[in-house]
Amino acid sequence: MSKANVKIEKPEDDSTSSQILREILTGSATRTLLSVLVGFIVGAIFMVAFNPDVLNAMSYFFGRPGDAFAAMAKTIGDGYGALFRGAIYNTQAQDFAAAIRPITETLRFAAPMIMAGLGVGLGFRVGLFNIGAVGQMAFALIGVTYVATRLELPFFIHTVVAIIVAVLFAAAWGAIVGFLKARTGAHEVIVTIMLNYVALNLFSFFLRTPGLLLEQDGAGTPKSDPAAETAVLPNLFTDEYRLHWGLLIAIGATIFYWWLMERSTIGYRFRMVGFNSSAAKAAGIQVERTFVWAMAASAAFAGLAAANQGLTAVGGVTPSIHANIGFDAITVALLGGSRAGGIFAAGLLFGAFKAGGPAMQVVGVAPEILNVVQALIVMFIAAPPLIRALFRLPQPPKRKPISEWVAARFSTKKVGK
Amino acid sequence: MSRVEVTPGMFSMAEQKPSLKAPIVMAVVSAFAFVFFAILGPTTNVNFQITETDAFVVLPDLSLPSNSLGFATAIIMTLLSAASLWFGIVKKRVPKLLVIAFGLVAIVSLLGWIAAGADVPVGFLLGNTLVLALPIILGGMGGIMSERVGVVNIAIEGQLLTGAFLAAVIGSISGSLWVGLIAAMLGAALLSTVLASLSIKYLVDQIIIGVLLNVLVIGVTNFLYSQVITQDNANLNFPGTFNRIELPFLSQIPVVGDAFFNQGATVYLTFLLVPALWFILFRTKLGLRARAVGEHPLAADTVGINVARTRFWWVTMGGAVAGLGGAAITIGNVGAFGREMTGGLGFIALAVVILGRWQPLYVSMAALLFGFAIILRIWANQINPVIPVDFITMVPYLVTLVAVAGFAGRVRGPAASGKPYEKN
Repeated sequence: MSKANVKIEKPEDDSTSSQILREILTGSATRTLLSVLVGFIVGAIFMVAFNPDVLNAMSYFFGRPGDAFAAMAKTIGDGYGALFRGAIYNTQAQDFAAAIRPITETLRFAAPMIMAGLGVGLGFRVGLFNIGAVGQMAFALIGVTYVATRLELPFFIHTVVAIIVAVLFAAAWGAIVGFLKARTGAHEVIVTIMLNYVALNLFSFFLRTPGLLLEQDGAGTPKSDPAAETAVLPNLFTDEYRLHWGLLIAIGATIFYWWLMERSTIGYRFRMVGFNSSAAKAAGIQVERTFVWAMAASAAFAGLAAANQGLTAVGGVTPSIHANIGFDAITVALLGGSRAGGIFAAGLLFGAFKAGGPAMQVVGVAPEILNVVQALIVMFIAAPPLIRALFRLPQPPKRKPISEWVAARFSTKKVGK
Repeated sequence: MSRVEVTPGMFSMAEQKPSLKAPIVMAVVSAFAFVFFAILGPTTNVNFQITETDAFVVLPDLSLPSNSLGFATAIIMTLLSAASLWFGIVKKRVPKLLVIAFGLVAIVSLLGWIAAGADVPVGFLLGNTLVLALPIILGGMGGIMSERVGVVNIAIEGQLLTGAFLAAVIGSISGSLWVGLIAAMLGAALLSTVLASLSIKYLVDQIIIGVLLNVLVIGVTNFLYSQVITQDNANLNFPGTFNRIELPFLSQIPVVGDAFFNQGATVYLTFLLVPALWFILFRTKLGLRARAVGEHPLAADTVGINVARTRFWWVTMGGAVAGLGGAAITIGNVGAFGREMTGGLGFIALAVVILGRWQPLYVSMAALLFGFAIILRIWANQINPVIPVDFITMVPYLVTLVAVAGFAGRVRGPAASGKPYEKN
């Protein structure tokens, strides 16, 4: 039976060029590009369908169809044009320095999403679904805001201490999840959702209570003092650009993530548990303890994102400082395939969406459409059969079960050529 | 160990090992009440307004010192803990009724402490608890329906939001709340078919697809809200709410009558739906098949049940029920749609399903606990409570955490929940 299967799986046409083509078409890069394309196309359909000018032109479509098509083209061009100008290069700017400002904004928005995305991605690699980045960030923000506003430390050291505190706070909050999962078998999805609410309420309590984190002479609105100047993450370039050191931290975190997951022993252990926890257990890995460490590590990256937010908040930290980065991080990790490079690229794309939103608003397209595009892109990535069906891509060669591989490798008769 | 022994309750949800966890948690809570509500409790009076002044039967207000109430409730809670300890020692399961009674006494104890020196409007709290819990109850029912057949439904939040949006908008455009209600159910059911087909046919990870559907619905409703609805709020987002219907006799019952039986259509639909779902799940062939698919799809398949089709229809119908829950927010309570107005209720529904152990009646009770927490927060904000509101808000989440982490034994869901079934 196994031999028959092996034979069928051999592609009928094995000229090299078609094999390469097949490899490209079934590869994840093609799928990712097509998913992004389809996401943008559906976004365009939404923009067109709910645009007053287009609807107006559609009312006399059969009289002058050209008008309707022109209005459609204008809407799509305006919308995505504004996105480009707001997120990458402002073609309408006075000088070059102002023209490249948007790309620096994209990088600024991308940095925390990359950090938190790495955390969620780490969870995925271990087989853990960490929806709790929001709560882990909120809890870390308590620590980082305290250090930044209440302690007096020298320049640079202050920043470093704040970041370390953020990472430790987040890791502790994440470790609770791992501990509960390991000890009681509670599903991490439910535990992280509940801990999100607990952490957010705790954070808001700290922010609104005098003597804890509430600003001096503040009353009513929960808001902290601005971070001490010694703690703020400094700008990378001149003050014209708001881009700060967070980008470098994000790059460093990405490189560290790559090393941790692909090269280190503990990363190997993480991946082993993720592939097959029973096999890992049989191989002598303490799966339960790995869950705790993995959740702590996953949350630690979210802690970096919290430090990024807390140390750059203009005028003080408010309860909305987490800016839903914890949820965006899930889509970032999914789009990036939980790989270091992929997450970095996905973070850049969604950072561009955040940076370009206001410019779209100006031309009369609600920027919320970008959330739809974001969800669709990741949905197509997560459901390969969908995109394959849409573009009639060939099926990937079926992964051979190990027994068949052994049969093919060690049978005396050669299978195929 | 060669032979698998069949024990009573082996295949049912009721099977749980008796443990001492429940008595321990109860004892800790009782001790907490003794220290903070009784010994350290404020001596000022707390005034329970049990009936409205214009009610059919007017009962006098119950007014007593806060710390005396603390002592009384703490003693009752201690007795209940002792009873549950006895159940634990004789290796019996702690009856659910005892746990529920304990919870109710704990709530009275907490109320008496928070509202020292103020009035407690019992009828107001009860009525609003029910109305605010409605989306959680119905979302929970939707969650039960899909998890019982083995599909984890993280998209309840999105289904609620879809229902809330469509009920408000279609209700406004058509001018009929009932049309809006049906549109909400159809829309959310349609969303569910995406979850169902992707997870059943294409075997995409159910949790991932659920999370993404939520992001998608939040994006679509936010986009339509800013792009279309806000341009013409009067015609597109002004549906009104269902009229209150006073049920004869039932609404005259003291204390609970007005709160429970003088409500809108969505409340009465829920009153019908919850027992109906219980009956279908546990007393009909249809429900037995659904549960079989959720517990052991291979066995169900072997006896000729179409696993994929059963899952598809239950998940879709579950979506319709959650859509009704969304409608209960807009045309059942608020009267207009707002951006991301579900604000996490769908995730709470998800927790409530586990807290209520996939049983419609228990899930409804857990949902009422969350509804109560919401109204408690709103009400406590006005009376300057002794503890910060943030901590009151936290209580139900902590209760869920304690429950998920093994309060009264390990919670066991449908065995095949979350696992795709591939027919060979």
